[in-house]
Amino acid sequence: MQLVLEKRAERSNTIALVSPLIAIGLTIVTMSILFVILGKNPISALIVYFIDPLTDAYSLQEIAVKASPLVMIAIGLSLCYLANAWNIGAEGQFLIGAVAGSWLAVKTQGTDAGFWVLPAMLLLGAVAGALYALIPAICKVRFGASEILTSLMLVYVADLLLDYLVRGPWRDPAGFNFPTTAEFDPVATVPILVEGGRLHLGAIITLLIVAAAAVLLGRTIKGFEIRVVGAAPRAARFGGFNANQLILLTFAVSGALAGLAGIIEVAGPVGHLQPGISPGYGFTAIIVAFLGRLNPIGILIAGLFLALTFIGGEQAQIAMKIPLDVTKVFQGILLFYVLACDSLILYRFRLVFASRQVSSGTG
Amino acid sequence: MLNSAPDLHSTETPLLQTVGLTKRYGDFLANDRVDIEIWPRQIHALLGENGAGKSTLVKTIYGLIQPSEGEMLWQGKRMILSGPSEARSRGIGMVFQHFSLFDNLTVAENVALGLDGKETFKDMSARLEQVSNVYGLPLDPKREVWQLSVGERQRIEIVRALMQDPKFLILDEPTAVLTPQEADQLFIVLDRLKAEGRAILYISHKLEEVKRLCDTATILRLGKKVATCNPKAETASSLARMMVGTEIKEVRAGAERKITVPRLVVNDLSLEPDDPHGVRLQHISLELKGGEILGIAGVAGNGQDELFAALSGERLSQDPGTVVIEGVAAGHLSITQRRKLGAAFVPEERLGHGTAPRMKLSENALLTGHAASGMVQRGFINTTATLKTVDRATEAFDVRKAKRDPEAASLSGGNLQKFIVGREILRNPAVLVVSQPTWGVDAGAAAVIRQAVLDLAAAGAAVLVTSQDLDELAEITDRIAVMFHGRLSQPLATSEASREKLGLLMGGSSLDEREAAHAVGA
Repeated sequence: MQLVLEKRAERSNTIALVSPLIAIGLTIVTMSILFVILGKNPISALIVYFIDPLTDAYSLQEIAVKASPLVMIAIGLSLCYLANAWNIGAEGQFLIGAVAGSWLAVKTQGTDAGFWVLPAMLLLGAVAGALYALIPAICKVRFGASEILTSLMLVYVADLLLDYLVRGPWRDPAGFNFPTTAEFDPVATVPILVEGGRLHLGAIITLLIVAAAAVLLGRTIKGFEIRVVGAAPRAARFGGFNANQLILLTFAVSGALAGLAGIIEVAGPVGHLQPGISPGYGFTAIIVAFLGRLNPIGILIAGLFLALTFIGGEQAQIAMKIPLDVTKVFQGILLFYVLACDSLILYRFRLVFASRQVSSGTG
Repeated sequence: MLNSAPDLHSTETPLLQTVGLTKRYGDFLANDRVDIEIWPRQIHALLGENGAGKSTLVKTIYGLIQPSEGEMLWQGKRMILSGPSEARSRGIGMVFQHFSLFDNLTVAENVALGLDGKETFKDMSARLEQVSNVYGLPLDPKREVWQLSVGERQRIEIVRALMQDPKFLILDEPTAVLTPQEADQLFIVLDRLKAEGRAILYISHKLEEVKRLCDTATILRLGKKVATCNPKAETASSLARMMVGTEIKEVRAGAERKITVPRLVVNDLSLEPDDPHGVRLQHISLELKGGEILGIAGVAGNGQDELFAALSGERLSQDPGTVVIEGVAAGHLSITQRRKLGAAFVPEERLGHGTAPRMKLSENALLTGHAASGMVQRGFINTTATLKTVDRATEAFDVRKAKRDPEAASLSGGNLQKFIVGREILRNPAVLVVSQPTWGVDAGAAAVIRQAVLDLAAAGAAVLVTSQDLDELAEITDRIAVMFHGRLSQPLATSEASREKLGLLMGGSSLDEREAAHAVGA
């Protein structure tokens, strides 16, 4: 008896929908085992992780606040991944966007600059993110350098640049030597949607971006171009589509979205520039993009789910003394299972019973 | 040793027998209760259209596929194969249609990788040279595969199989990649293997060849065996009838076509390959007028793919004047711009080149139609228009499919090819460049496609057809030119292009005087 993986005649659309759920199920089983090893009660740990955050208004808002940047970045990444361009450096583009936008906030600090400051900051963030993402894209197109490596390495460059700025030139003089800029002026801050809450304008922008991406991919020739370049590069060239231009374009768009997410995060929930403004949004967004099947609506759902794990992870740390790093383990295992389950879309398992014992020894 | 010939005393029982062999994929029966007997000292033909189940059957015999039902008897005893290496150890060898060779390794290294034996590399190399000389299949063990012609590559596969001293050798469409002269040489080898007492299963759909070479023929249709016969006692058309099941529609050339103005002109086109193993195009010139069909013959890998890319605009030329479409210098224009000039292209590979396999037909209609035909308005896709193209192609070319707009990959080869040709012809092109229009397509679909090409030329278009199938070129073209090593010969009128003449050109003879003398002397 053998277990074989055999190719399906046609891709299974059912599995394409169900596969993320199977992956989540397998992840929960694996996590339960991990909790047992850590000496925690898996049931109560899972309740703290997944149920408790859904039961109070503050946590629900917080999920939306965390999901916004994840979804925004993941939408951009999904465009890259659909076009077979592998941007792994969204975290760096996020940080550069935050830095570029903060520059204006720092420069206009305490002046009577008007309402234009915030829109200009968002624009700066997006443009800077796009330019930063174009570095690996151009290296790829011109020199054939692996965009996976270069985009990833540029994350550390961005990280250190931010570190330098907040410890050096942009440090708040009144900040007791903490590595942080001064608190941004109100004109440089993203408006809050609910009085006294944390939900901000970024959530609305995110929803608009999701809608725009859905229209782009589903209805326009550009979206078709992105999909066909990724799905069948040779056919795309035959169709007259230029894969290199598309690498540049998708990298620029995903860099812009990551940069926008970065400046919104700084000008919104954080309120100033400091190290550690991202709990790994740029990397987690990769998981969001795949868990959401590179589909805008799927990404919205997946973003909310992964935001839940961030909140749940914080609560588990407080309530059960489970280290916060367990959240990252969780996310890693989830990505692993998502990719593994995806092979079931094109393949299926089958048990083969071969009656080997009748084999006569003529050979 | 080689001379440990297969045992000859067991001629009362067949060497290999399949009994009720069945292979099921879901509801689909790839092989349906197939009985076949293979005897030593026989060349047994396996005939059938694409999709008739030939590959499934031989893969089962070679241990690559486990049968769902039925059994195989080897020298009268039941045989269950765990895989190809067990098949090889029993004396079953196979030469595949698509070679499994590593371009950057030498001949000897490739052979070593395919053998299960434990001999040293040096001994193996020596034996390789010996076997190749004994059978008149000369090979230099030290050359790297990318330097070799397709015919030489096939020799590696054959020699590799022979080094295992098989009692039974399976060959999958071996002549598909050979010139007529190379095929003749192969037949000498096969006759000799037969005389040594080996059995050969020969898959082909070239009927004349089968009549000439084979002692027995088994014909498969839709997974079932329809007949076993002596091909020498049959006619090509009676064999074809058994394969297809109905009479094949004759292609009508129609009335005399009106030859008009030059629509596609190539002027001294030379192009370096973009991949190191590609072919350099050298000084290619041709002129094609409206109403004309020009055929390009040649063994695969002599620059046909590169020429297609240069004509379609997938590769651009520095000099605009090298390719002229409808009087416009187009060498520097992209494929989209060339389509706007009225050109249409059908590449050889249906899946992955001509279509995106996992996309719907409507999206594949958009793939080549987006530039010209109202399918895109202000950047938005007009799905009504793309679906309409699918419907029109379906109706005009009898494309059979399970639903209105399925994925391209779900269509059979013939139906997908009809869709692709239909998609291009419905745009009323002035110039059609088509590569291997009926490769791997069933006879019915092939007739539809050839007829469409003839009708398009009759309507005034210029058509360039690249094909390995000389019969096809003879049937539909007015003139035939031959590609060899990136050069294109002067075209011959089809009526004067005998197989012998074309064969010599395909071997490169008229391009090199010494080669020509050698070929005549041989």
